Amino acid sequence: MAYTYFPGCCMHGFARHCQDSLYAVFNALGLELRELKDWNCCGATSYIAVDEYQAFTLAARNLALAEQAGLEVVAPCNACFMVLKKAQDYLARYSNLRERIEAALARGGLQYSGTVQVRHPLEIVIEKIGIKALREKVKRPLKGWNVAPYYGCLLTRPYTLRNGMTLEAFDQLIPALGANLVDFELKDRCCGGSLTGTIEEVGDRLVYILLHEAKRHNADVLVTVCPLCQLNVETHQKQFIRRDREDVNIPVPYFTQLIGLALGIPEKDLGLDRLLVPLDRVLEEHPAELRAAA
Amino acid sequence: MNGNGNLRVGLYICHCGTNIAGTIDVKAVAAWGETLPGVVVSREYKYMCSDPGQQLIVDDVREQHLNRIVVASCSPLLHEQTFRGATAKAGLNPFFFHMVNVREHDSWVHEDKQAATEKAKDLIRAAVRRVAFHKPLEKKRVPIHPDVLIVGGGIAGIHAALTLANAGKHVYLVEREPTIGGHMAKFDKTFPTLDCAACILTPKMTAVKKHPNITLWTLSDVTQIEGYVGNFTVTVKRHPRYIIEDLCVGCLECIEACVYKQAKYPDEFNLGLGKRKPIYIPFPQAVPQLPVIDRETCIEFKSGRCKKTCVEVCGDRKAIDFKQQESTETINVGSVILATGFQVFDARRLPYYGYGKFPNVYTSLEAERLINAAGPTQGEVILRDGRKPKTVGILHCIGSRDENTNRWCSRVCCMYSLKLAHLIKEHTGAEIFNFYIDIRTPGKGFEEFYQRLLNEGVHFIRGKGAEINTWPLDPSEEGKLIIRVEDTLIGKIRRIPVDMVVLSVGLEPHADAGDVRRLFNISCSSEGWFLERHPKLAPVNTFTDGIFLAGCCQGPKDIPDSVAQAGAAAAESLALIDSKFVELEPNTAYILEEACSGCKTCIPLCPYSAISFVEAKKKAEINEALCKGCGTCVAACPSGSIRQNLFEDEEIFEEIKGVLAHA
Ligand SMILES: Cc1cc2nc3c(=O)[nH]c(=O)nc-3n(C[C@H](O)[C@H](O)[C@H](O)COP(=O)(O)OP(=O)(O)OC[C@H]3O[C@@H](n4cnc5c(N)ncnc54)[C@H](O)[C@@H]3O)c2cc1C
Repeated sequence: MAYTYFPGCCMHGFARHCQDSLYAVFNALGLELRELKDWNCCGATSYIAVDEYQAFTLAARNLALAEQAGLEVVAPCNACFMVLKKAQDYLARYSNLRERIEAALARGGLQYSGTVQVRHPLEIVIEKIGIKALREKVKRPLKGWNVAPYYGCLLTRPYTLRNGMTLEAFDQLIPALGANLVDFELKDRCCGGSLTGTIEEVGDRLVYILLHEAKRHNADVLVTVCPLCQLNVETHQKQFIRRDREDVNIPVPYFTQLIGLALGIPEKDLGLDRLLVPLDRVLEEHPAELRAAA
Repeated sequence: MNGNGNLRVGLYICHCGTNIAGTIDVKAVAAWGETLPGVVVSREYKYMCSDPGQQLIVDDVREQHLNRIVVASCSPLLHEQTFRGATAKAGLNPFFFHMVNVREHDSWVHEDKQAATEKAKDLIRAAVRRVAFHKPLEKKRVPIHPDVLIVGGGIAGIHAALTLANAGKHVYLVEREPTIGGHMAKFDKTFPTLDCAACILTPKMTAVKKHPNITLWTLSDVTQIEGYVGNFTVTVKRHPRYIIEDLCVGCLECIEACVYKQAKYPDEFNLGLGKRKPIYIPFPQAVPQLPVIDRETCIEFKSGRCKKTCVEVCGDRKAIDFKQQESTETINVGSVILATGFQVFDARRLPYYGYGKFPNVYTSLEAERLINAAGPTQGEVILRDGRKPKTVGILHCIGSRDENTNRWCSRVCCMYSLKLAHLIKEHTGAEIFNFYIDIRTPGKGFEEFYQRLLNEGVHFIRGKGAEINTWPLDPSEEGKLIIRVEDTLIGKIRRIPVDMVVLSVGLEPHADAGDVRRLFNISCSSEGWFLERHPKLAPVNTFTDGIFLAGCCQGPKDIPDSVAQAGAAAAESLALIDSKFVELEPNTAYILEEACSGCKTCIPLCPYSAISFVEAKKKAEINEALCKGCGTCVAACPSGSIRQNLFEDEEIFEEIKGVLAHA
C-alpha cells in the first residue's frame, strides 16, 4: 500500500525525529510513503486566520498536485490535516469560493476535481493495520509504561475524523503496545498553538495544565500525534522548572516513536536522540522486554 | 345546461384592496366580462368577502335571475365557503358557484400589469365555461361518534380525559408505560408555588382509574387509525403485563415474595438511580395499582425454572399469568386528543459536561428523583458515593438555545432550576451556583419566585457553563467537579469547584414523534413538535379535522399551560361531538354501474380503502363517507366508468378550452 506523503513545514524542520520514526514504522508495517513533489505550505496557522481564500488556495494547490499522483495523502501534522480537509469541504460546499480557487489554480496550470482522500497516519495505522494485527507485531512490549494519549484540539473538530472514528478508538493503540493507558481527560485540549509565541502567558498556561495533569495521573510519557503539539509541550517544560514551579518534566514522543520502540525498530532510526526531554529515564525504569519469539 | 341555452352567469372581480387591483386592471376585466357568452352581470368590487360584497351576489341573483356565480378573488382555501354560502343564501345550489384565484395565482406573483390582466381574463373565461356544466350537489351529513381517544397519560392527557368523562363522554386513554402520570409523577414539588406534585396529581390519576366513563389501557400503543373526523376506527395493541388486571387486587405481596430478596435491576421510573425486582410497581401511587413483570430479568422467562414464589403467594387469586399474550382492541371514536408529551435532552450528546462519565453529574430529572421523598434515597440528596454535597452547580440551557443541538428555549428549565436550587438548599444546606444565559421567568408568580431565590442567597453566574472537568489547578479543587464558565458580568473565565452538578436538560420531541405524526396524519414543525392548525387562533387543532393536541407534544410548556391546553382540547372535542354531524364535501367519486366491468383495478389503488367489490352485482362500490375525492380511481378506471363530482369530464374540458381560447 502506497501513500502520497505531505510533510508540511514541521516534518522537514524541527520535527525531523517525528518524520524519521514515521518512515521507519510505515516501512515496517509495509506501508510506503512517497513524498509529494513540489509541495507548498498547507495554509494553516496565520494564513487561515487572516485570509481563508489564500489559505485554501495554498491547500488546493497541494491537493491538485496530489490528485495527479492518484494516491491517498498522509498528513502527519494535525494542522496540515485539518486545513487540507477543511479546504476540501469548503471547495465542495461553496461554489463561489471554488470558482475563485479554480481560476487561481488554472493560472498555475493546475486543476483539482475533489477526489483526494486526506488521512492522518494514526487513522491509517488503526484502520489499515488494525489494533489486533499491531498487537501481534509487537516485539518489545512497553510493559509498565504509563502512557497518556494526547491528540490536541484539532482532531475532534468538524471536517477532520471520518465518521465513526473516535479518540477512544485511538486510545486502544496504547494497550496494544503493551503499555498502560492513562485516562487523560485533557487529551483533546489545546497545546497553546501559536499562542506560545504570541501571547506567551496564555500559551504557557495551556501547556502547563497539560503537563501538570499528566503528572498528577502518574503518566511516564505523554504521546502526541502532531509535531506542533510535540514542539509546544516539549520545549516549554524547562521554562516551568526554571520559573520554580513544580517539576513537570515528562517526555513527549510522537506516536510513531512509541510504535517503533514496541516493534523493535532500532532506537537510532526513530530519532529518539532528538527528543529534548529524553525517554532515557522511562527506558531505564521500565526496560522494554524482548518478547519471547513465538 | 349544455349548449348554454339559458345560462345566466354573475361574474364578480374582487380588488382585495390593492392586493389584486394593484396589479390587475379590474375595471377592464369587468367590462370585458360582460362580453362573455352567458354572463349577465359583471362587476368589480373592493372586498367581495365583505357583507356588502356578498349581498351583491344575493341581490343580483334575485333581480337578474342568475343561475351561476363566478367570483375571481383569492384562494378557495380562504373564501370558497363564504361565496358558496352567499350563493345558497340567494336561493341557488351552492355548487353552482365557482371560484377563480387571481390573487395567489396572478396578482401576487406577477409584475407585468398588462400580462397579469390578460391572465386573469383567461382564468375567468375558463371558469365561466366550466360553471355552466356544474350540477346541483348535496353535502352529506354523517353522525359523529361521541367517544374520544386520548393518547398519552401525562397531566395533559389525564386532565383532558377527566374533563370529557365528567361531561358524560366515553374516553379511551392509551398510555404506553405501565402507569399514567407522565413526567409530573416524578417531581417532588412544582414551581412556582412549591405544591407537592403527588398531592395534586395522584387524586387525578385515581379518578381516571375509577371513572366509569374512562377505559384506561396502559402498556398500550395505537398501531392503526382509519376513517375521518367523527368516525375513526382505531387499533390498539396491548402489551402483556403478565398480570391479569381483573384478578389482581393490587396487594403487591408478589413483589415481596419474589425469589430475588433484594431489588437488583436498575429501576426505570427512578432513571436507574434505584433498583427494582423483575416484578415491580413503578412507584407506590402508580395507576393502575398493579405490578408488572419484566421478561428480560424474570428468571421464569429466562430459564422456565423459577420457584415462582410470586404465584404461590398470589394463591387462589391466580392473577399472575406468564403466558399472557399481546392483544389487540379495535375501537370507534369520533375525535382524538394527542397528549404524548416530550422527552428530556440526552446529556450524553454534549460530552464536555461529563454526564455518564463523572458519577456526580446528574440531569435535572434525576435530581427531581433524588429530592423526591418517594425516590430512591427517600428524599435525601446524597451523591452516588454516599456523600452529601456541600456545593452544587446547576447549569441551565443544556440542549436548549444551542446552535449545535436544539435551538429553542425549553421554557420550563429556568423555573425548574430555581425550584431545584431551592429544594437542594433546603435539603442539604449546600451552597448553590446557577449558571445561566438569561433568566426567563415570564409566568404568573415566576419573577417573584426568582426574587425569593436571590434573597435565599443562591448564587447566579451569568454565563453558560462551558465544561465540567476534574483537573485541579490548586488544592481547593482537588476531588471536585470543576465548572468552567465565562462570567459575562465580570468578563472573566472562572473555575468553580463543586461536589454535584445538575444539568438542566431541555425538552425535545419524543424520538418516535415522527412515527406518531405519520400514524395520525398530522404535521410537525421543523423541530418535530406537533403542529397546531394556527399558532394563535387554532392552537389545539391540527390540520386533520377531529385530531387535537394537548400539552408538551405541541411544544415545551409548564404544567399550568399543559392543563389549560388539555381543557381547550377537551372543549374542542366536546364542541365537535355536540354538533352531532359532520358535513362531507360532495366532490366524491361515483361509479356508472352500467359501464363497470368489475375488473377491480380501482380497489387496491384507493388510499382510503373506500372502494369495495359487491359480489352479487359484480361491480365496484364507493363508500362516499370514506372517499376523499383524490381522483386516483377516476384516472385509473380502464372503462371510464368512475366519475367525480365537481371534476366531471365536461367541466374539466370546458375549463381547458376556456384557458386556451386566448384570442
Ligand atoms: C426536570 C423537570 C422539572 C419540571 N418541573 C416542573 C414544575 O415544577 N412545574 C411545572 O409546571 N412544570 C414542570 N416541568 C414541565 C412539566 O414536566 C410538563 O409541563 C408536563 O409534564 C407536560 O405534561 P404532558 O402530559 O404534556 O407530557 P408528559 O408528562 O411527557 O406525559 C406524556 C405521557 O404520554 C405518554 N406517551 C408518550 N408517547 C406515547 C405514545 N406514542 N403512546 C402512548 N403514550 C405515550 C408518556 O409515557 C407519558 O406518560 C418540569 C419539566 C422537567 C423536565
